[in-house]
Amino acid sequence: MSATMTQELQDLAAEFDLMGDWEERYRYVIDLGRELEPLSDVERSESNKVRGCASQVWLVTEAGPDGTLVFRGDSDAHIVRGLIAIVVRLYSGRAPDEIMAFDPRAAFDKLGLAGALSTQRSNGLFSMIERIRRDAMAVQAASN
Amino acid sequence: MSFAKPIFDVQKARADFPILTREVNGKPLIYLDSGASAQKPRQVIEAMSDAMGRSYANVHRGLHTLANETTDAYERARESVRRLINAPSVNEVVFTKGATESINLVASSLGLGLKAGDEIVVSEMEHHANIIPWHFLRERQGIVLRFIPVLDDGSLDMDAYRALLGPKTKMVAVTHMSNVLGTVNPVAEIIAAAHAVSAPVLLDGAQAIVHGAVDVQALDVDFYVFSGHKLYGPTGIGVLYGKAERLAALPPYQGGGEMIGSVTLEKISYADPPHRFEAGTPAIIEAIGLGAAVEWLEQFDRAAIAAHEHALYERVKGGLNGANWLTEIGTAPGKGAIFSFNVAGAHAHDVAQILDRYGVAVRAGTHCAEPLMRRFGVTSSARASFALYNTLEEADSFVAALVKAQGFFS
Repeated sequence: MSATMTQELQDLAAEFDLMGDWEERYRYVIDLGRELEPLSDVERSESNKVRGCASQVWLVTEAGPDGTLVFRGDSDAHIVRGLIAIVVRLYSGRAPDEIMAFDPRAAFDKLGLAGALSTQRSNGLFSMIERIRRDAMAVQAASN
Repeated sequence: MSFAKPIFDVQKARADFPILTREVNGKPLIYLDSGASAQKPRQVIEAMSDAMGRSYANVHRGLHTLANETTDAYERARESVRRLINAPSVNEVVFTKGATESINLVASSLGLGLKAGDEIVVSEMEHHANIIPWHFLRERQGIVLRFIPVLDDGSLDMDAYRALLGPKTKMVAVTHMSNVLGTVNPVAEIIAAAHAVSAPVLLDGAQAIVHGAVDVQALDVDFYVFSGHKLYGPTGIGVLYGKAERLAALPPYQGGGEMIGSVTLEKISYADPPHRFEAGTPAIIEAIGLGAAVEWLEQFDRAAIAAHEHALYERVKGGLNGANWLTEIGTAPGKGAIFSFNVAGAHAHDVAQILDRYGVAVRAGTHCAEPLMRRFGVTSSARASFALYNTLEEADSFVAALVKAQGFFS
């Protein structure tokens, strides 16, 4: 079993603590996005699309071993892709119970990326986490 | 004999906007999103606050002092709007929620008299607000929409437009100035050609009314619509100008108080325009705020404002001259002060997010004009839109911030 979400968040926070100013943080987020495995054209489908306005966001949810959920995501915008990479690192391969217990806003606050999770509809990232939680909740409901 | 060119004192005008002194992310705010909504001068804020704090009641109903004062203020705002667009009569000025409601009103009321196969001409550069209300008629009544194509520089294909007109054309609805491209359309030509086939014309003036003088009589336009909030006024208020005979021919849009002549249980007669189209208690405070915005604007020479805004646009263009990573969308001659662009290797969303960190507010996305985005083969663009309160120094700071933003993605 890999580190817990909380441990993973600690690791990410330690990486972000090394950054001086916001410029460095954003450059790092952009780099994380560049390293994220892109979705295939088929996966960038209408049904995998998460509601957003300014940029497009896609999310693929798959069943992992032992009742975990595996998430892969993509966006046509660099910063959003980087944020998705963080979301994937935190959420993918986790059990639904752990996913539901995790506070995404507090996590992004901790990384100094609070503004990134604004509820503005232009930001597909918030909708992406909503969908992750919905998928986790559906698995929870099915196993009860 | 020579006339001194009127000078626009940007610092004096700017001092009226309290919000422009604030900081964003530790940097002075550079607000280049006025095309989405403009900031408000204190005269507007105070007029609205005074109306609520000193003289407020419902309009057109009471006989007491406050009702009379408020009704006077509300109707004075209508007169200010009439002056702004040089309408022949205040009865041709209908208050609505905004340009969007104005177009919906005309489309749904006019639509009642249309039949399947009738045609409405719009353009490919329209804001969704000037497409969807007409699309409702297509979806519900079999009305045919014909689209004027847009040329590569962002101007309308006028030959194609003329070819679209015919005996089936029941309405031509186009924007006076594009919210994405900045293109100022040749509306006099558009109107003359439409009238030659007896079709009325509706102009979406949401952008144009802000950047230049509009004279509905000189234009001979049938309907002209705009919003208060882009014109330095409040949200929730807008205008539908309609020629008296055009408005008189339109059935009511919504039913309620104030729009009726008399009501029995069997028979109802409707009030004359404009009240026929103002059902229910209107946005009284917002109308008064819009009136204050118009009166505030009247202290300036509109041509001098336009020259100032054009100078801002030119300053940005000059500052970015030779940037091979930049693509501008919309380069039609005589275009207004709107700069839509994409940065190579970055999404507009990225650019807007980085610019925000430098205190610069721009819009990113489809600008509610998806057909136009598709026409230019992009999914989004960033847009800097200039207002009278922007300075040349801000234009320079925007250029510097954009160059830095590009550096994140190169």
